[in-house]
Amino acid sequence: MGMTMTQKILAKAAGLDRVEPGQLIEARLDLVLGNDITTPVAITEFEKAGFTQVFDRDKIAIVLDHYTPCKDIKSAQLCKQAREFARKHGITNFFDVGQMGVEHALLPEKGLCAPGEVIVGADSHTCTYGALGAFSTGVGSTDMAAGMATGLLWFKVPSAIRVTLKGKLQPHVSGKDVILHLIGEIGVDGALYQSLEFAGEGVSSLSMDDRFTISNMAIEAGGKNGIFPVDEKTMEYINGRVNRPCEAFSADPDAVYDREVVIDLDKLEPTVALPHLPENTKVVSEVAGTPINQVVIGSCTNGRISDLRIAAAIMKGKKVADNVRCVVIPATQAIVLQAMEEGLIQAFIEAGAAVSTPTCGPCLGGHMGVMAEGERTVSTTNRNFVGRMGHTTSEIILASPAVAAASAIAGCVADPRK
Amino acid sequence: MKVYKYGANVDTDVIIPARHLNDPSPAALASHCMEDIDEKFASTVEAGDIIVAGANFGCGSSREHAPLAIKSCGVRCVIAPSFARIFYRNAINIGLPIVECPQAAEEIRAGERVEVDFASGVITDVTTGKTYQAAPFPEFINGIIKSGGLLNSLKERGVAK
Repeated sequence: MGMTMTQKILAKAAGLDRVEPGQLIEARLDLVLGNDITTPVAITEFEKAGFTQVFDRDKIAIVLDHYTPCKDIKSAQLCKQAREFARKHGITNFFDVGQMGVEHALLPEKGLCAPGEVIVGADSHTCTYGALGAFSTGVGSTDMAAGMATGLLWFKVPSAIRVTLKGKLQPHVSGKDVILHLIGEIGVDGALYQSLEFAGEGVSSLSMDDRFTISNMAIEAGGKNGIFPVDEKTMEYINGRVNRPCEAFSADPDAVYDREVVIDLDKLEPTVALPHLPENTKVVSEVAGTPINQVVIGSCTNGRISDLRIAAAIMKGKKVADNVRCVVIPATQAIVLQAMEEGLIQAFIEAGAAVSTPTCGPCLGGHMGVMAEGERTVSTTNRNFVGRMGHTTSEIILASPAVAAASAIAGCVADPRK
Repeated sequence: MKVYKYGANVDTDVIIPARHLNDPSPAALASHCMEDIDEKFASTVEAGDIIVAGANFGCGSSREHAPLAIKSCGVRCVIAPSFARIFYRNAINIGLPIVECPQAAEEIRAGERVEVDFASGVITDVTTGKTYQAAPFPEFINGIIKSGGLLNSLKERGVAK
């Protein structure tokens, strides 16, 4: 019986010839990540346990991105704690304000994630790096502390769902629509304890940014990870970024999957998820005209350069509707500079949008776009739970950058194809 | 002890909203636990109480603050048909007992008095007299629980400095 791509990566990292679904293993880690919310809790546990050394200062990444630039005194204290720990242990990949970006956009950009690696992060969207053919998954702060101290972590080997992609996306349809559609099909616990392994001839037509968006939201289907095969686009992306040997794994031809889900990319339409679960999906035309108060374009899901290009192409030369506030947040400093060079920032500002320095801010109701009672946001972020972006009666409609931009101009949920 | 009952897909944003994550002290987390779906929870919960909920409990963010908030309230354990995977490992790693038992999760009602024997996996609904058998943890995970959490178990093994 063959192994899936995920199982092969985990077997190698555990020093085993093969692993079986359900098997508990201890795997070697290539990178341990934390942010300004989860790292302080990990540091406290690390120190409480009496650990004094990190396993490898080059294999830990700390990114201050959630409440930064600090929104209040308490969050400033958390950042201070993380900063002092990073300095004390000489953490190589510590990213503070000015260098930081939204962690899951930043780490691949900096070449810190490569095919075949095992990456854990005290942030649920760590699954993003599956786009590069890595095994990456979200863990908690105690796991982060254990990972920092030992470079090892326990895992239950997952079984997998094979997601077979066919055809090619139509204009104004992107990776976000693929993943929202999939979550709508299988539900928010449809891949619980499982891997989502993307495959099929449709993969090659997806850009790396589309793949990052898709892998990013594997967790919203309950998945342990969401992984793509390594192809020319992957190699092109890591070329010049990753300067260490890495190994491209592929699933065995006789790998066993719990089930297969087939998605015909040609037939996908712009898709949104209505409150209060990412599985409440509709094609946008069904809900066009729904009134909104705010649009947020950014996050680890959709704050990359292609996302901004899509949004700017729709907003350029137009005006954000009077009843709507539009906040655009490029995910990293490099993306900000690129967007400036391409005139995207100018297009957003001339349209009447606010453009921010990189931060996770509004996605988790932190700052930079928190909602009042009864308000509604169309957001390119990843979660629309009760109270996620503000008041418990506020609502989030998850959407692609194209739908978000079209909605900002229309002043209500809008179909970007019209 | 007495049961608080919730539906499916209780996410970590309602267990402890992100607006309160800027203070990770146990007392602060406990004071806001569940407030977005149950305003009265934090003020009425007592040491030894139990949360019973639907499938995929703890979905969403990886914040360990969620099981920490529940544990800091004095909650004895959480019973559900299934747990979101990061919540599952966080709970084990910090020593918050969780029990997977679909039948108990469905049948036990709010306000009933329930006792759990973790060694045998037997859940007793004292109010109705009915008992349920939960699946035991694998040996490896039991080891972490017995050590009092992941970091203690690593220290016992001497794998970190």
